[in-house]
Amino acid sequence: MTETKGMSIIVKTITRFTVWLIFLYGLYIIIHGHLTPGGGFAGGVIISLSFVHFTLAYGREFFLKRHKISTLHNIEAGAGLAFIIIGMLGIAWAGSFLANFIDRGTLFTLKSAGTIPLLNIVIGAKAGMALYLVFYYLTTHRSFPQNYNEHEVKNEPQNYTK
Amino acid sequence: MPVDTWLHFILGFMIIGAIAALEIKDILSSIIAIGIVGLGLSLAFLYLQAPDLALVQFVFEILCVIILIRAFTRRGQHPIGLKRDVPETVIAITILSVIFVLSIFAFKELPSFGKPIVRVAERYLAKGAQETGSANLVTSIILDYRAYDTLGEVTVLFTSILGAFTVLRTIGRKHRK
Repeated sequence: MTETKGMSIIVKTITRFTVWLIFLYGLYIIIHGHLTPGGGFAGGVIISLSFVHFTLAYGREFFLKRHKISTLHNIEAGAGLAFIIIGMLGIAWAGSFLANFIDRGTLFTLKSAGTIPLLNIVIGAKAGMALYLVFYYLTTHRSFPQNYNEHEVKNEPQNYTK
Repeated sequence: MPVDTWLHFILGFMIIGAIAALEIKDILSSIIAIGIVGLGLSLAFLYLQAPDLALVQFVFEILCVIILIRAFTRRGQHPIGLKRDVPETVIAITILSVIFVLSIFAFKELPSFGKPIVRVAERYLAKGAQETGSANLVTSIILDYRAYDTLGEVTVLFTSILGAFTVLRTIGRKHRK
């Protein structure tokens, strides 16, 4: 382990065992959203927490080597688009926006409830990526440097020319 | 013990946590005191038999505390020393007591605990499982009966990330010459 960024080697070793368990728990909460408590939003937050866990333990540079931030943006925006597309399919098949157009199936089984599991997955991807990106921007973009006033005076006139 | 006793205990604990968050000078201790409020709310949802809300609140509060700690505790950041002026304190206490007295009258008009005015929940409880095929009634409401609200929630998430990205980006757009 030659990485110097991030936390100590104890934290990194523990993180290797826990981060995928947290991720799988988030996936379980999303997929079983129509059967057990939880759902897309709660599972998405748990998935974003696993990403946060990874970023805090290993540092930002280690995370950026493996994942592109633009990919997370694309997943997040694509999930929002998929929600609207499912709503539009509801117009096409059942006559109203976001109508439940798939067969309901039998109660208490994983394959039931029509469009609800699909929407859960979409919202899970959306919430997870969005909350991780909010964490990423709030913590890594240091927009308030120590000499903030000095910085402002130096850079302000250039920004507002024309 | 009945639910009400536990709720009063938890709400009192949350109020103490909020006051501590306002009064503590150290910013890390203050953020952890804010965490007490959210986790107490999660416990309150659990006592009111709403496990979905309790799960969301619990998980989200942890994320919020992590974001607050990472974003606001930095080296060299000193807390602002607040000196209380006497007239400001008097005005604040007066307004708060007026709101308190008015809210006592307002809360007497509200329907009592567990007896809502809106009757639409009865239909959800009676027919939700057959109409949507979802065993979890909360999910059947937010993603089938009230899916428009969830679309709004998705929009809020999208706007939040857009706002964070726009405000906090360090590299601005290049100017045209």
